[in-house]
Amino acid sequence: MSLASAPPKTAGPALKVVYKSQTKPTWCPGCGDYGVVASVERAVASLQIPPHEVMVVSGIGCSSNLPHFLSSYGFHGLHGRAMPVAEGARLANHGMHVIVTGGDGDGWGIGLGHALHAMRRNLDLTYVVMDNEIYGLTTGQASPTSTLGQKTKSTPLGVIEEPVNPIALALAAGATYVARGFSGDPKHLSDLIAGGLKHRGFALVDVFSPCVTYNHLNTFDFFRQRVYKLENAGHDTGDLVKAFARAQEFGPKIPTGLFYRVDRPTYEDLEPALKAGPLLHQRAGIRGKDKVLDEFI
Amino acid sequence: MKDISLRAGGAAGDGIASVGEVFCRLFSRNGFYVFGHNGYQSVIRGGHVWFQARAGHDRVWSQGDGCDILYALDRATVEVHARALREGGVIVYDPEKFQVPSELVPAGTKAFPVPTLEFARKFSPQAILQNAAGMGACAALAGVPLATLDQVLTDQFRKKKDILEQNLGASKLGYEHAQREMGAIGRALPMKGGASKLLLSGNQAIALGAASAGLKFLAQYPMTPATSIMHWLADHAVDFDILVKQAEDELAAINMAIGASYAGVRAMTATSGGGFSLMVEALGLAGMTETPLVVVEAQRSGPSTGLPTKTEQGDLNMMLGASQGEFPRVILAPGSASAAFRATRRSFELAEEFQTPVLLATDLFLSEDLHSVDREELPLDYDPPSLFQVPEPTDGSNGYKRYLLTPSGVSPRAIPGQKGLNFVAGSDEHDESGHLISDVNAGIPMFIELRKKMMEKRMRKLQGIVQATAPPKLEGPAKAEVTLVGWGSTALAVRDAMRLLEERGIAVNYLNVEQPYPLHTEPIARMLKEAKRPVLVEQNFSGQLGRLIRAETGIDLPVKLLKYDGEPLYPWEIVGKVLEVSGRVAS
Ligand SMILES: Cc1ncc(C[n+]2csc(CCOP(=O)(O)OP(=O)(O)O)c2C)c(N)n1
Ligand code: SF4
Ligand SMILES: [Mg+2]
Repeated sequence: MSLASAPPKTAGPALKVVYKSQTKPTWCPGCGDYGVVASVERAVASLQIPPHEVMVVSGIGCSSNLPHFLSSYGFHGLHGRAMPVAEGARLANHGMHVIVTGGDGDGWGIGLGHALHAMRRNLDLTYVVMDNEIYGLTTGQASPTSTLGQKTKSTPLGVIEEPVNPIALALAAGATYVARGFSGDPKHLSDLIAGGLKHRGFALVDVFSPCVTYNHLNTFDFFRQRVYKLENAGHDTGDLVKAFARAQEFGPKIPTGLFYRVDRPTYEDLEPALKAGPLLHQRAGIRGKDKVLDEFI
Repeated sequence: MKDISLRAGGAAGDGIASVGEVFCRLFSRNGFYVFGHNGYQSVIRGGHVWFQARAGHDRVWSQGDGCDILYALDRATVEVHARALREGGVIVYDPEKFQVPSELVPAGTKAFPVPTLEFARKFSPQAILQNAAGMGACAALAGVPLATLDQVLTDQFRKKKDILEQNLGASKLGYEHAQREMGAIGRALPMKGGASKLLLSGNQAIALGAASAGLKFLAQYPMTPATSIMHWLADHAVDFDILVKQAEDELAAINMAIGASYAGVRAMTATSGGGFSLMVEALGLAGMTETPLVVVEAQRSGPSTGLPTKTEQGDLNMMLGASQGEFPRVILAPGSASAAFRATRRSFELAEEFQTPVLLATDLFLSEDLHSVDREELPLDYDPPSLFQVPEPTDGSNGYKRYLLTPSGVSPRAIPGQKGLNFVAGSDEHDESGHLISDVNAGIPMFIELRKKMMEKRMRKLQGIVQATAPPKLEGPAKAEVTLVGWGSTALAVRDAMRLLEERGIAVNYLNVEQPYPLHTEPIARMLKEAKRPVLVEQNFSGQLGRLIRAETGIDLPVKLLKYDGEPLYPWEIVGKVLEVSGRVAS
């Protein structure tokens, strides 16, 4: 039984791996999420990770259908609850590469608490958020990242709440790899995702992934005119304070790329139960441990 | 039946629970069966708490009725509990702390002053030693040898050797004082001898059962009365190679357990009704993705935050209906600590065999109180079956159907990491391969048919579960004047009541429904039809099991004993009801 238990393979002979699923995506033509699934595919392929060693866990939303369009193992769970499923799966078998995918509503709305806790735990997960600043699947309500003043079906007079700032939140919560990509630049995006997969610890890749049907403000053009790459701007990815400063930029210029990266022990490193390897491969049951009954005398 | 009960009462922070545990062990070490009941409140200091240790040569199932020795650390204890004293009972108190006015001492009982503080001061100025002196006095009154108390205290202070000698000294003074001034009370039982009984809480039995069933992953959020499951497993996590994760909330706890189970390890979560309310959506997720899952639901008095430290069986309706739509589930409700151990293991087997969630229903009374069991009732020599059902295809091709339609409804399950068996588990309706039929396919004739088939596939498992599990048993004589009907911890007080009734020559039996769902409809209907006078006994307001039985069998149980005041059932309440329905006393 060749159950994955090896660390990420970064070298070795090129594997001919197929990540494309036979299932064709069902997103609207032109949806930003096409670029994201292509980037995820490219990232895992570039790292030569066989599909059966990858688990993709998602919540509910247009974006959360993504696992069906890959040929890896997948778990398509509940709205907002992808993260704890991924955490449990990763802790059960930390030989697997676990990617969490979903939308801004899923991750920064209903599932925000889970996301922040996963970050502070520094579990070795790669979280790819398809942030379209709208609720797509439920046909266009405001999301936690919708712009102040933006008119949506649930805010016909305009949003009156300050949007959450996923990058700043992740920095504050203790994520150890914090990046932002743009679905309009899949090459750059797949490098960021591959970087997240290689990184030991919690990696966030928040992605501008426009909803062409319900968000007419944050379009491909909107982002194309504004995004720039941090790596071309001399940004120091080891400087948390500078990363926070960059995270505040959201105007005529919007940064993409890696904001911050730091090495910190992962949850898996610190959890005593994982010292003997993935839980899945460990002996189960307590036959022979009858001595434990003595404490009840 | 012959039994003796020691009760200690005082304020939270007085160390009542540890006094109570010592009381229990004084007897279990001498081969007695013991029951330890902890009556406490939702405060950390202050308030009124009490603990009752009841012991007998035969099994004692509950805290019983009344007490024989009342160790009162404050006057409030005398005011609240003196009336529970049985004939020949004694109140142990320290006159330096308070006086016991004679009107508070029931006829036929005595107040017995013991200078516990004075004895304590001989060894240390710390007031805490007063309990050692008090316990010494109680042990002498109960007729327990001083050597047993020494042994129990020595074990208790294993890690605090510096204060052990002082404790032994103070307890000896208390013991000798009571022996000299009063001697053993009339109800004191001869020491039994033989092997020590094991003394454990229902939650410890559940935790042990889970570990022995192969549990590798527990995710939990603290909530009384489920919390001690996490405590005990966390304490043993290293020895047992179990990962214990305190989650950020119950939504996370259950979803983590589902993730771990999907990835191929035995996983569990535990909570009380409030936390279970938050888990409801994910319960359906386990049902839909056909992921094995064990959820312990330790009930307490509701609704809402309710009485966090008091017992109830008010959540059956919720457990039956939790989560939208329909999917197979199992509810087990063990009626003793050893049954809880067995039911926990069975929960894992059923969850795995039928790939669906299993709810293990318990309540504060069963979960937190202390029960005696014989060592043989907790067999740990068990090898959990392998989880791998599907061999990896050698050619790496993926023709695997995770949700294959089968006559049993159960499909071969691959474990992520197996080569060539990749699939997506989905909360949306899906086809045999796991592909969505909720989006572009929904409503298309072929997929309408398929949806129906997938529903039927999942629901078919219920028949298999009924066949794979044992129908409930009638406890007690086959022919009885009254047949009591209940579930879960109700069995405890019922068994004590049945013995009291037997002593009066009244034959009563008990239909112990330890699997409320899926219900074994036919055998239950048969037993109820044969019953002369069935009486429903439940610890809730509306008789939730009764409603379920009526729905499933068409049989109504109009005569009910329902209790929802937060306190456990007392045997005398059941005895009274039986006397009433059998026409022996007027109702
Ligand atoms: C508990 C729960 N509440 C609400 C919904 C309805 N719902 C489905 S998707 C969604 C929002 C999706 O937005 P987002 O996560 O941003 O994904 P997108 O569709 O934009 O990719 C909502 C509210 C649900 N499925 N479950
Ligand atoms: S509604 Fe928006 S997010 Fe959903 S598929 Fe269409 S374009 Fe994409
Ligand atoms: Mg969205």
